[in-house]
Amino acid sequence: MVKEPLNIIITGVGGQGNVLASQVVSAAAVQAGYRVAVGETFGVSQRGGSVMSHVRLSLNRPCGPLIPRGQAHVVAGFEPLETMRVLLDYASAETVVIMNNRPNYPLGCLSGEHRYPDPERVEEAVKKMTPRLHVLPATELAKEAGSPLAANMVMTGALAGSGLLPFGRECFISVIGSLFQGIVRDLNLQAFESGFRRMDG
Amino acid sequence: MSLAGVCQEKAGVKVALTGNEAIARGALEAGVAYAASYPGSPTAEVLGTLSRVAKQFNLYAEWSVNEKVAMEGVAAASFAGLRSLVVMKADGLNVALDFAGALAISGCRGGMVMVLGDDPNAHSSVREEDSRNLCKAKHLPVLEPSSVREAMEMTREAFALSEELELPVVVRCVTRVCHASGDVELGELVRPERKPDFTRENRVITFGIKLHAGQESKLARAAHLVCDSAFNSYTGPENPERLVIASGPCYMYAQEALEMLGAGGTTGILKLGTTWPLPEALLLEHMERVPEVIFAEEVEPFVEDNVMALAAGCLPGKVRFYGKRSGHVAGPAGPGIGELDPDVLAASLGNILGINYSPGTIDNKQEALSLLEDKMPDRELAFCAGCPHRASFWAVRAALELDGRGGIVLGDIGCYTLGMARTGYYLLQTVHCMGAGIGLAGGMGNLSRFGFDKPVVTLVGDSTFYHAAIPALINARYHNSNFMCIILDNETTAMTGHQPHPGRQHTAMGEPAHTVPMEDIIRGVGMPYIVQDPYDVEASIEVIYDLLRQEGPRVLILRRSCVLAAVRGKQKDRVYVNEDKCIGDSCGCGRFCSRVFACPANVWDAEKGRARIDEAVCNGCGVCASLCPQGAIMVERGV
Ligand code: SF4
Ligand code: SF4
Repeated sequence: MVKEPLNIIITGVGGQGNVLASQVVSAAAVQAGYRVAVGETFGVSQRGGSVMSHVRLSLNRPCGPLIPRGQAHVVAGFEPLETMRVLLDYASAETVVIMNNRPNYPLGCLSGEHRYPDPERVEEAVKKMTPRLHVLPATELAKEAGSPLAANMVMTGALAGSGLLPFGRECFISVIGSLFQGIVRDLNLQAFESGFRRMDG
Repeated sequence: MSLAGVCQEKAGVKVALTGNEAIARGALEAGVAYAASYPGSPTAEVLGTLSRVAKQFNLYAEWSVNEKVAMEGVAAASFAGLRSLVVMKADGLNVALDFAGALAISGCRGGMVMVLGDDPNAHSSVREEDSRNLCKAKHLPVLEPSSVREAMEMTREAFALSEELELPVVVRCVTRVCHASGDVELGELVRPERKPDFTRENRVITFGIKLHAGQESKLARAAHLVCDSAFNSYTGPENPERLVIASGPCYMYAQEALEMLGAGGTTGILKLGTTWPLPEALLLEHMERVPEVIFAEEVEPFVEDNVMALAAGCLPGKVRFYGKRSGHVAGPAGPGIGELDPDVLAASLGNILGINYSPGTIDNKQEALSLLEDKMPDRELAFCAGCPHRASFWAVRAALELDGRGGIVLGDIGCYTLGMARTGYYLLQTVHCMGAGIGLAGGMGNLSRFGFDKPVVTLVGDSTFYHAAIPALINARYHNSNFMCIILDNETTAMTGHQPHPGRQHTAMGEPAHTVPMEDIIRGVGMPYIVQDPYDVEASIEVIYDLLRQEGPRVLILRRSCVLAAVRGKQKDRVYVNEDKCIGDSCGCGRFCSRVFACPANVWDAEKGRARIDEAVCNGCGVCASLCPQGAIMVERGV
């Protein structure tokens, strides 16, 4: 394993299914024999606030649920602005970022009081901080797989396909398979695969 | 997340559980027979989990109407010799406190555990509270897990400790434990086998000061027992230069902080898993060896104050203490306010040890920010897309404007608390605790005798109505207070994850219930009421306007299911903007849908200068379509 512990942050907006993604990663990690600590910051998250999961994987030592500033190794951003927010606090020069390009507008932007920054600008800004940036249209890929709500599994697939985690596809597939049933399972597996293929190789 | 993990029969297996699942598993491993709770973050999923496995494990699980009733039911099971569990958030302890204090005097029989969820930083609460002070005041022993793994083990062991002491035992968990996940190694599952046993011979009485003496001696025995508890442990050098006394997840943060500072060679950590009563002998033994002690705990200086009092008596002047009282251990909001984390502790410890700590950062931050013109718009909380509360708040606002007498609006606790912010058009003027809105409205409604002439409106949710509103409603009827109570009935406890309440057809265990319709209660109190669907905004405005002009206490039920529950597993209606009809900025409405009504799915397409519906967010309620002055928003019914 490259880092000990390996620090991953999954971030987005309430309702995007971040927490589920972090649960899938942690269950897969335990299945692969790792120790894991996940800290969820979601508050009243169904209702559109920022959501952030800290996921820490280790071969043998127990970790606390919060990653110290500047020590995230991987950031999976479900939303550009939230990715930016997390990077400002937790990025190091080596942080690898996987980012969904689909904005989700805060109320203040909808009302016109604030301006949501131009998506290309956000990308540029993220690249300035951490050159190792992968952008993917996770919401669009999820729509192709059957529902825009499956973007969380596309992102989980991308994380698995990035080769940055010390365990492979099979662990994820078996966790997703055991968490869902019927058509929801098929949808999530398909979304996972499309994210995986985007990043793999 | 992993119900399969919670139910796993094989001991020794490692699974990933959330903190709340781990607590549920710990209770199952102790053979819990009776569990009850009122839902509250961060502990809501404990009973949620137990209720799902209740049948399989022969246990009884209920969502009670409030925390006091939950605690009383659980105590009864304990009186009859069963192992029992009550779960609540810090605010719930306030509700149950009267009984908790009495119970601590009478004591209990079957192991009884109280899981209390404290929410440092108020992530999902209206305020942060440290319930340890109340536990101490009521003479209840407290255990505090530092991790998910320990949450399981402590819950399990707390039942035995409770039986040993014949006292309920508190497991105090903070959000960073409840809402964390981690790997746990499972123990044996135990099916509850005891038969309830309570005869004419049993007496559990709270009366007289003799029992107070008994209480003190139980606590003294507890203080003795916890000195040998495996939940208290020391790590660090054999002869440390100083000692950190840490409890809860602060133990993990302190370890990491010392590592980041490179100070692990000189500083030891005493992890306290039993924070009340204190393991005095153990503490003294460790403190005798060091000139300096530092405290790491959340939220208030609870361990700190009590350890300092202990040292003042036993080691006067020998130890220098650093913590919240000295101002050395503090987050950005100040000592004793908000959460700690590894960075806060590293900075605080670094300051005490004379080591400079600067958190990791990157060079180009400022440049990156300047690309965004230094603007990172905040993400305010908002009602979900299609939430019936948005329609209700809109209607109340419109009716108050029509009425024109400057009516005031009092709030309560639930999703609709967000009505104090932009998403509810800043309508709510008071937010306190469960049910307080109706009590306050009763008082305001009595002020007319002093010449107060503004209409008074209070908004309360359905679950909160059953939990805490009924006595205040009776009081209002009895005294003929002049106000209008609007019950925002979304047919569930939405805020905490859609738990059922007495208005529902099923119980926590999925059994058919004897529903208690709120109409029956209101009718029983003798108040007039009207039921209206808030999605029909025009009609709602009219009804509210009419009611505003009436006198005496009166009720309006705005009833529509929480949209999240309503759309689950269903094909949503497709909503879209007819770009020919939408006239964008040139419309007199001034971008009504996205700017004014502000459902998060009503977005603005700046390029086209037209409104758009974000289909990844829209829940298809159709309310914006009914409000758009141009009729530009179309609804295509799902199949
Ligand atoms: S129909 Fe309109 S108000 Fe309802 S959820 Fe969709 S965008 Fe929001
Ligand atoms: S959970 Fe339900 S009640 Fe709460 S804000 Fe969302 S839609 Fe509204």
